[in-house]
Formats: sequence, C-alpha cells, structure tokens
Amino acid sequence: MSSNDAWRPAAEPVAPAGPAAAVERTFRAEQGAVLATLIRHLGDFQLAEDAVQDAFAAALAAWSEDGIPANPGAWITVTARRKAIDRLRRERAIADRAARLAELARLDAQEHRPEHGADEGGEVVDDRLRLIFTCCHPALAMPARVALTLKTLGGLSTGEIARAFLVSETTMAQRLVRAKRKIAEAGIPYRVPSGAALPGRLEGVLSVVYLIFNEGYGAAEGDRLVRGELCGEAIRLGRLLAALMPEDAEVRGLLALMLLHDARRDARLDADGRYVPLDRQDRSRWDRGRIREGLGTLDAAMALRRPGPYQLQAAIAALHVEAPRAEQTDWARIAGLYLALGRLSPSPVIEVNRAVALARAAGPSAGLEVLAPLLDDSRLARYQPLHAAHAELLRQVGDREGAARAYQHALSLTGNAVERAELERRLAELGE
Amino acid sequence: MPKYMLLNYLPTKGGPAPEEMREQHARWMRYDQDLKEAGLFLANDGLAGPDAATTVRVRGGETQLTDGPFAETKEYLAGYFLIEAPDLDVALEWAARMPSSSYGSVEVRPVWGQA
Repeated sequence: MSSNDAWRPAAEPVAPAGPAAAVERTFRAEQGAVLATLIRHLGDFQLAEDAVQDAFAAALAAWSEDGIPANPGAWITVTARRKAIDRLRRERAIADRAARLAELARLDAQEHRPEHGADEGGEVVDDRLRLIFTCCHPALAMPARVALTLKTLGGLSTGEIARAFLVSETTMAQRLVRAKRKIAEAGIPYRVPSGAALPGRLEGVLSVVYLIFNEGYGAAEGDRLVRGELCGEAIRLGRLLAALMPEDAEVRGLLALMLLHDARRDARLDADGRYVPLDRQDRSRWDRGRIREGLGTLDAAMALRRPGPYQLQAAIAALHVEAPRAEQTDWARIAGLYLALGRLSPSPVIEVNRAVALARAAGPSAGLEVLAPLLDDSRLARYQPLHAAHAELLRQVGDREGAARAYQHALSLTGNAVERAELERRLAELGE
Repeated sequence: MPKYMLLNYLPTKGGPAPEEMREQHARWMRYDQDLKEAGLFLANDGLAGPDAATTVRVRGGETQLTDGPFAETKEYLAGYFLIEAPDLDVALEWAARMPSSSYGSVEVRPVWGQA
C-alpha cells in the first residue's frame, strides 16, 4: 500500500542533488537488482520487498544526516539484508526462521571482507532474469503478471501503476498482494526455465513487456504522463532483457520494435491533443535518438539470423521511419514483410494490414483481392478494421455506394470516439 | 518437498468412447507407475460418479441431506492424485501428463500451510 512508498520524496520542490533525489535515483536504478538478489537469499517475495522498502526509508534519513554514500546501491543492498534480519527476528511465525537467519548472517559477514565485495556482479544479473520469469509465470493471471513485473522490476510506485491502469490504488495493491501470496503458497519457482520450457516461457515474458508498452502507447484514455512512463518502463525492461539474453534475436527484435514506435509517440498528437495518423505526422517531431537506437538494435537482432514476429514488426516500423516523406514509404517491402509475418503467426489483423500495404504498392484492386476471403469469413463480420479498410479501398476503385455501405458497417462497430470521427469524416467526403 | 493435490475433473458428457477404455486403462496404469518411479507419488483414488453422491449441510442444528452433488456442473470431480513436487512447475508438468487432461481438466492445488 501507499505506506510502502512513504519514503518517496514529495513530487514537488526537491533539489536535484539532495539526498531525496539520490534516493529516488538509486530506487529507479537499483531497486530491481537489490530486490532480485534478496528474494534469492530469503526465498520469500514479500519479506524481501518489505526489507528493501525499509532500506529505502532508512536511506532518506541516513543520507540527509551523513551524506550520500559513495556506492548507494551497495549501501541499499547491505541495509536491506540487515532489515530482513530484523524482520526475521521479530516475526517468529515465519517458517525456517533459524535457517534463514543463519544464511543471512553468513552473507552479512562475508560482505564485510572487502575482497568479496565485487564478486556479486555476475549473480545480480542472473537474479533479475529469475525475477522476470517468476513475475511473468503463466500460473498468474495476465493483469497480475503485468502489475508484479512493473512493481518489482520497474521504478513505479503502486499508486503510479494503479493510475496507469485506471484502477484504484487499493485494487492494485490487492492485486499485488494476491500475486505474491500465490507465488509463495503455490510454490512458483524462482528460476529461469531450462531446455524445452524456455522458448515458450520467454515468449510469455516478451508478451508481458509488449503489453506494458502498448498500454502506454495506446493513450486513448487516462493520465498521458503516467502512460508515457509505461512506455519508458517497457523499454527499460526490454533493454535489461537484451543485456541478459544477448543471444536471443526476438528479445532484441522486441526492443527495436518498442524504440521505433516510441520515436513517434509525441508526433501522434497535435497541439489540441487529437490523434494524428502516421501519414500526416510531422516527421521532424520524431525522436532521432530513439530511431537510431531502434535501427541499430534491429540490425543486431537480424545479424543473429533467427527471424521472428517481433523482428518482422520492427522491420515494418523501420521502413516507416526511414521514409523521409509519407509518399516515399516502401509499401511493396512492407506488404512482403506482412506476408512473412502472417506465415509465422496467421491472424486477420496482419492480413488487413497486408491488404492496405499492397493497395498502396500495387493499387486498390490488389488490396481488395487480399480482403475478399476475409469478408467471406463470418467470424470477422464484427471486426471493425476489416470493414474500414474495405470501405477505403472501395472508395479508391470508385465504388461510392459500396464504400458508403462499408463505412456505415464499420461505424456501427466502433466505440472509440477518435476512430468514429475519422470514419465519419471519410464517409462525408464520399458525398462531396 | 511441497505437496500438491491434482484434482481430476471430467466432463459430464463426452470423453473417451467405450471401445477406448482398454487403452485408457493402460495409460492410467502407466501414469501411476511413472509417478511412483519419479518418487513423487503419495496417494490416489478414483471416485464413484456424482449419481452416488449425497450432500450434507447442518443448518440451525439440523442435518439436511440432498441426493446428488453440491452443484450441477459441466465437469465433476472424478478422482485425485496427491503428489510431492519440488515446485509448481513440476506439479503442472505432471498435471499435463495425466491421461484425462486432453478431454477433462486438472486443478492443481497446493496443500495448505507450506508457504
């Protein structure tokens, strides 16, 4: 609950160099790694989290008094371990209390010998990877995976996560408590799965990270600032995964995809906060740094020669950002990439996108040919993007009556105000 | 090692045809054997059908009996395996290997108080 975040400095006037700012910085940079290691030492999510919170609370007082330590991360690590020892001594109900206390005392003694101080480096990396896989375990419901990943590996408070997902802080706090209780009660293991289980589980981890990103990128409602932070957190997790699993092409593919989308985030809204579609965005507002990093990451992913859906989507995003003007977009290659993507993971979403790309490259009739089998599929009768794309292509071949019918159908399926306004605008244009 | 109850739920309609019973029986025997060889087996029983069930409630000091199961459902509890496993991943693996998992469902419940 919010009491756990009590150490966090008030958002308002904080001197950037003061102890409060140092705590904030250390929290964002080190929280995940410190927590991950302590969870391994303690075998207990909740106890570790409480101890780390205790340590950050103590830091604010101690650093104001004695000054900021040379290595704030190490200070937090040692203090969190001591806080865990304190808590174990107090809470007699905890199982294996004696064994855990002995293990912590051993680690604490070791830490004091300077020659052991640097040894932790290699293990810290492993711990954060373990933590990601535990937080994204498929035995937890998707909202719980998302919340837990953000809370334990990210730098957001429970309140911030709650605001980003438009739920009350109490609801989010309960979701987190329930997830941690299930990890403990059901015995969800704290480890990176091995062998045959790894690819499937990694896919699950990547989908959690991408969901966090999209939650921020969607920006249809809610606090835009907090949602922007979600994109930043997802990219941070993507970078962490790419550093921890450098040999995995799809991990890099996902990072590249997020960076290339994020580069366009600000340009997607005009001065009045209205959505601006890709072809009408002011390209000078795209973030060049993000684009450079995204393209570099994509190159590194493709050099591993194991293509996958995230890399293909990133390649499509790359073709969009590489075009100096919308008219110069290489639609033929984009259509080819959608074809490859559809073969890897068939879906009507991809087929509609392929039809639109093909129409741009080879004319509206080519696009309509791709749509034809989808329009015959009764399961897609209520799939709005299909009918919006159909309408647009019918308009382009000059079938105004058919286009009007398809726009009406698409309008009847949309609940989104931005989409509705855009469809109504196009429908009105037909009559002119 | 933590203990897990694997609860075997079967659909009230559907499931293996009568002529597949011999093959099904052999698969259950093999599953039981594999669990024992892995050193994880603790206990197992199959239950008589919901037709044989009687539900008991005591309300206001009075015992009420109902002929049949607690609730009408599309799936009924048909049996259980109590196993030991080092963690949930291993328990889930054995749940997936249960012969009925392809047409029924297996609920994996940790035994209470181990955390």
